[in-house]
Amino acid sequence: MSTPETAVTRAALPPPTRAEYCVIACADAWRGAGEILASPMGLIPSLGARLARLTFAPDLLLTDGEALLVGPDGAPEGWLPYRRHLDLVAGGRRHVMMGASQLDRYGNQNISCIGDWARPRRQLLGMRGAPLNTLNNPTSYWIPRHSRRVFVERVDVVCGVGYDRAAGLGGAARFHHLARVVSDLGVFDFATPDRTMRLASLHPGVSVERVREATGFALAVPDEVPRTREPEAAELRLIREVLDPQGARTREVPEKARG
Amino acid sequence: MGDKTMTADEVVSRLESGMTLGIGGWGSRRKPMALVRALLRTGVTDLTVVSYGGPDVGMLAAAGRIRRLVTAFVTLDSIPLEPHYRAARERAGFELTEVDEGMFLAGLRAAAHRLPFLPVRAGIGSDVLRINPELRTVTSPYEDGETLVAMPALRMDAALVHVGRADRLGNGQCLGPDPYMDDLFCEAADAAYVSCERIVDTAELTKEAPPQSLLLTRLAVTGVVEAPHGAHFTSCAPDYGRDEEFQRLYAATPWPEFTERFLGGDEAAYRSAVREWRKEQTG
Repeated sequence: MSTPETAVTRAALPPPTRAEYCVIACADAWRGAGEILASPMGLIPSLGARLARLTFAPDLLLTDGEALLVGPDGAPEGWLPYRRHLDLVAGGRRHVMMGASQLDRYGNQNISCIGDWARPRRQLLGMRGAPLNTLNNPTSYWIPRHSRRVFVERVDVVCGVGYDRAAGLGGAARFHHLARVVSDLGVFDFATPDRTMRLASLHPGVSVERVREATGFALAVPDEVPRTREPEAAELRLIREVLDPQGARTREVPEKARG
Repeated sequence: MGDKTMTADEVVSRLESGMTLGIGGWGSRRKPMALVRALLRTGVTDLTVVSYGGPDVGMLAAAGRIRRLVTAFVTLDSIPLEPHYRAARERAGFELTEVDEGMFLAGLRAAAHRLPFLPVRAGIGSDVLRINPELRTVTSPYEDGETLVAMPALRMDAALVHVGRADRLGNGQCLGPDPYMDDLFCEAADAAYVSCERIVDTAELTKEAPPQSLLLTRLAVTGVVEAPHGAHFTSCAPDYGRDEEFQRLYAATPWPEFTERFLGGDEAAYRSAVREWRKEQTG
C-alpha cells in the first residue's frame, strides 16, 4: 500500500478479527492475477475480491453476482449474463473461488449430494459449474467452517476435479490449477510433490493441532508454518468502512471462533 | 402472419405424458410459473424435464410428474436448496441426468444447431461421466488429439419460457439484464410456448427498448400466452423481483398443503389465494 500510515492511525484501529484475516487470505488468491474475472462465491470471498481490486489487483474484473461487470463502487462496466459467463469460463480468463460441501486432500470437491449418488442421503445443490471451472480456469475454495465433515478422506461425488484425477488426464487438464483453499482456520495449498493439501498458513490464534483435529485426512504440515499475513491498516479501513460497514463478515466467521 | 396467442390451458392441452419438456429461466428467476401451474392442473406425467432448475422442478417433482430430470442444479437462489426437489430426490422419486452447467448449455446449442453433440472440456475427470454412463467422449481429429466430452443434443418436444413482452406473432422481448438460455430453449424444441407479462403491438416493442432486447424470434415460437405476473413467485426483472416471503412459505409448507391452498383452481384462483395469504400476513 502506498498510503502513508502514522503511528496514530495505526493505534486507533482495533486488531484484525478472524473474519478479516479470512478476507485478506481470500483477496490474496487474486494477487498478480492481472486482467481476469474474479468470481467469488460467498460473502468473505466477495469482500476479498473487491479488496484486491481496490488495492493490489486494480485490473481485476468483478461481477454484481447477476448480469453486470461492475467497478468496486458498483458502477457497471460490462455485460455478463449467465450464458456469456459460462463461455468466459470455457475461455479461462477467470479465477473462481467456490464453496465445497466436501473436499479431499487432492482438492476433489463435492457440492452434488451426500451418500450414494444413485440414492443420496442428502441432496445438495448439484454439479453447477464445478467440472467446467476446474478444467478451464484457476480455482480456489472457501470453507467458512473447517471440519471433518468438509475435509474428508474421500468425497462422495467428484464435481470439482482434484490433482490426482487431473494427473491422469493429459492435455485435457492443461488448464487445471487449484490455487488455494481458505478456511476459518488457515490457508492451504497443494505445493507438495504429490499435490496433496498442505497447510500454508495459520490464522492467528489457531494451532496446528486444531487444524489437524478438524481435518479428516492427513494434512501435509511444514516444519515451520507461517501465520496468515497481517492486513495493512489501509486494507482494514477499506474492509470496515467501505466494503462491509455493517459487519456482515462476522456472521460468516464469528469472532468467538473455534480457536 | 398468424396470430399465435393462446391461453395457458390451450398450451398444456398440447403437452402429452412421456414428452421431453424444456423449461427456461434459471434457478428461481423468470420461470414460466403460470404455465407450470397450468401443467399441474392436467394429468400430464412421465415427463423428461430439461431445466436449470428452480421451483418449476420442485413443483413438478413433488407432484410426481417427472420421470427423468436433466439439470446442472436445482435452487431457489435466496434459499440455496429446493426442499421439494430434495425430498423427491431423496426418496428416489425420479431418474436424474446431472451434468455441468456448461455441458447443459452445449446440449442446448447442439439441439438448436441440429447437431448430435458438441464437444466440451468439462466432465472429464469429474464424476459426471461415472453418473452418466451413457455419455461418450470424442478425440479431437486435429494435432492436439485431446479427449473431450461429446455432450448430446438436448432436443425437446416442447419448451416453456416466460418473458417481459411479446407480440401476437411470437416475437418475445426480454427487458431484464439476463436472457438466460430462453432463446436456445425455444430453438432446441419442436414447439415453444412463450408466456409474457403483456402482449403489445409489434411496433411498441422497440418504442422504449433497444432491438437487442428482442430475444425470441417468431420463427421459433409456437404459441404466446399473456400471463401478467406469470413468473410469480420467481423474479421477472425489471417488472418485479422474487416474492421472497411467498417463496419462504412455499419452501416451508408441506406440498399437499401448498397444493390445496394455492394450486386447486386456475391462475385467477392462484392470484386470489396469494392475495388472501398476503392480507393475513399484513392484517
